[in-house]
Amino acid sequence: MKIDRFEKIFMLLGVGVLIAGLIAIAISVIHYGIHLPSPDGRIAPAEVRATSPFDEPGVYETGDGEYEVIMLAETWRFVPDEVRVPAGSEVTFRIASPDVVHGMLIEKTAVNVMIIPGQISEVTHTFDEPGEHLFVCHEYCGTGHHLMSGRVVVE
Amino acid sequence: MSTAATTVNHAATRDEAHVETDQQMWTIKGQLITSLAALGLGGFIGMFQAIERIQITLPPFGPFENYYQGLTFHGVLLAFVFTFGFANSFVSWTTMRGFGRPLRSNMLAQGSFWLLLGGTVLGAIILTLNEATVLFTFYAPMQAHSTFYLAAVFLVLSTWATLANIVLTYRAWRAEHPTEAVPLMGFVSITTYIMWGLASLGVAILVLGMLLPWSLGIMDNTDPQLGRTLFWLTGHAIVYFWLLPVYISWYMMIPKQVGGRLYSDGLTRFVFILFLLFSIPTGLHHQYTDPGIHEGMKSIHLLLTFVIFYPSLITAFTIMAALEHGGRRAGGKGLFGWVMALPWNNPAVVAQLLAMLVFTLGGVTGLVNASLTVNMVIHNTAFVPGHFHLTVGTAVALSVLGICYWFVPYLLQKPLFSPKLALWQAWLWAIGVLIFSRGQMSGGLDAQPRRTMLGEASYSLPGWEVANWLTAIGGVVMTISGLLFFVVMIGTFLNKRAETPEERGALDPPMPDPPIHDHRKSWKVFDRLGFWTLVAFILILIAYIPVLMLYLPAEFSSPGVRVW
Repeated sequence: MKIDRFEKIFMLLGVGVLIAGLIAIAISVIHYGIHLPSPDGRIAPAEVRATSPFDEPGVYETGDGEYEVIMLAETWRFVPDEVRVPAGSEVTFRIASPDVVHGMLIEKTAVNVMIIPGQISEVTHTFDEPGEHLFVCHEYCGTGHHLMSGRVVVE
Repeated sequence: MSTAATTVNHAATRDEAHVETDQQMWTIKGQLITSLAALGLGGFIGMFQAIERIQITLPPFGPFENYYQGLTFHGVLLAFVFTFGFANSFVSWTTMRGFGRPLRSNMLAQGSFWLLLGGTVLGAIILTLNEATVLFTFYAPMQAHSTFYLAAVFLVLSTWATLANIVLTYRAWRAEHPTEAVPLMGFVSITTYIMWGLASLGVAILVLGMLLPWSLGIMDNTDPQLGRTLFWLTGHAIVYFWLLPVYISWYMMIPKQVGGRLYSDGLTRFVFILFLLFSIPTGLHHQYTDPGIHEGMKSIHLLLTFVIFYPSLITAFTIMAALEHGGRRAGGKGLFGWVMALPWNNPAVVAQLLAMLVFTLGGVTGLVNASLTVNMVIHNTAFVPGHFHLTVGTAVALSVLGICYWFVPYLLQKPLFSPKLALWQAWLWAIGVLIFSRGQMSGGLDAQPRRTMLGEASYSLPGWEVANWLTAIGGVVMTISGLLFFVVMIGTFLNKRAETPEERGALDPPMPDPPIHDHRKSWKVFDRLGFWTLVAFILILIAYIPVLMLYLPAEFSSPGVRVW
């Protein structure tokens, strides 16, 4: 097949650019230890509010500087909607929905996860600096979607 | 019917009259009119979403009970009706011209039109009644009225009818030309629709196997995570079903319209084969943050997503080369002189050139979305609509408007009304979308969620105000541009029919010359369409069977919920 010289060069460069991009992603994954949400168990939406641990949502200290947040994402609020932890804490969020699909995005972090009925979402983040982080529901979940938010207060 | 006279009157050759029959040409016009009506209404509603961000709410918010109902209209009309109608219309026509014969079946051509119209009307009714405010992604367990899912079935069936017709037309051509290379325009048309035929299987299984019976009460519960996976099996490839009809214009008509020639027949076929193979096994990059899908599978789809970026990279070079060829023939000199020598007074060309320029930004931001690490920052934020208003909202939509600037005059046999106004339209759209997307993207980088009624939100962050103003201003500029388009179209419709041979000749469609390196230098294997379809299907299985294996047994535990 006839391919002109410049085009051939461009096509090779294109392959190079894409491979470089993939390598950059791989390095960032390894260097920063970035993980995507992965399966962490299932729970039927009708049973969420009655089943441990989601029957008692809240912030729990699980070890030295380690916290677990058991959270409900429901129309149209997070329970709890305020999470207070000391600076330097490693916080694991475990979230379930008793109704429709929700999402959670914590500003100025890489915490970004869907909350899907039937599935348990788990994400971990270390909050190094004192300050406040807004978190919002980022998936349309009905007419009150834009009222669904909360904040992490790092003390 | 007047089209009879049209067909015979304007026909440059007897062959053309034979290709374009009355029974089919009215469906091509009907599909296009439905598509443009959806664009007009859907786009107009979009403006109200944009200005809601700066707390302006005006009618026609009245007819819509809430913001999200309008947003559902906007998404369904633009993502499904506008795009499907245009593809059915334009690609049917390029199929006829490509193979030099009418479509094989009048019944399928007309059926495709009626299905599109029926699906659109059904969908519009149920959305107006506020029984399906579920956005165009209709994620379960939000449950719309069953009519909504039925409308979706109609819309997809309309594209399947066109697909079947294109395949039958190809087979009829092949029976008479057993050894010839597939004509290039026929090749790009059929590969576009075969890709979509495979891609739409995901949403077909989702709607027919899960959502429709569930909304009818035949099934009590559904599995939202499985549903999303099936949705996105179709949901990424659908963007190429939006894009490829426009690529057909960029590859086939634009070189002719700028007075240049396409360089390579073989690379054109290669690009469309890559789209056929790799559009579909990439869907998980829309689900990087889904809890129920294994991280490893997400990484594999990341790799495949980078592969599907490649044919668009080749396109950037190939089309640019054809443009340069045209510009130099027109007397353009030096490194960039050829750019100035392009026909900047032809709105059909200018709209598409601007669409291409904007698409470079759309492509780059798409790579941002696909990169799984960076995706964690922007997933489901306003960055995403910022991105896709550059791609489907401009690379596709503005190109469609550009195509209409020659296609509609040709179909009506009436000259374009006010090309100057059309030029304004094209520039305003490009400027408007750049402002709009700049707003959306900066908001998204500052954690602004997408598809959210931000003007009424109970929260806000510094930086959002500027973002919202830019989005609103850009949205208004795009709406003004859209208005100009419809003024030009209505003016064209009211224009006098072309009478003299010169007047009619000026409306002839820009049919492609053979590429500089024509089909004799291309690999014959590209034409093995059955083989490539099989490979594409196997790639889907390879990409999705492990996802299902890791996921099953399914989790059918979610009853339907109404949240609006």
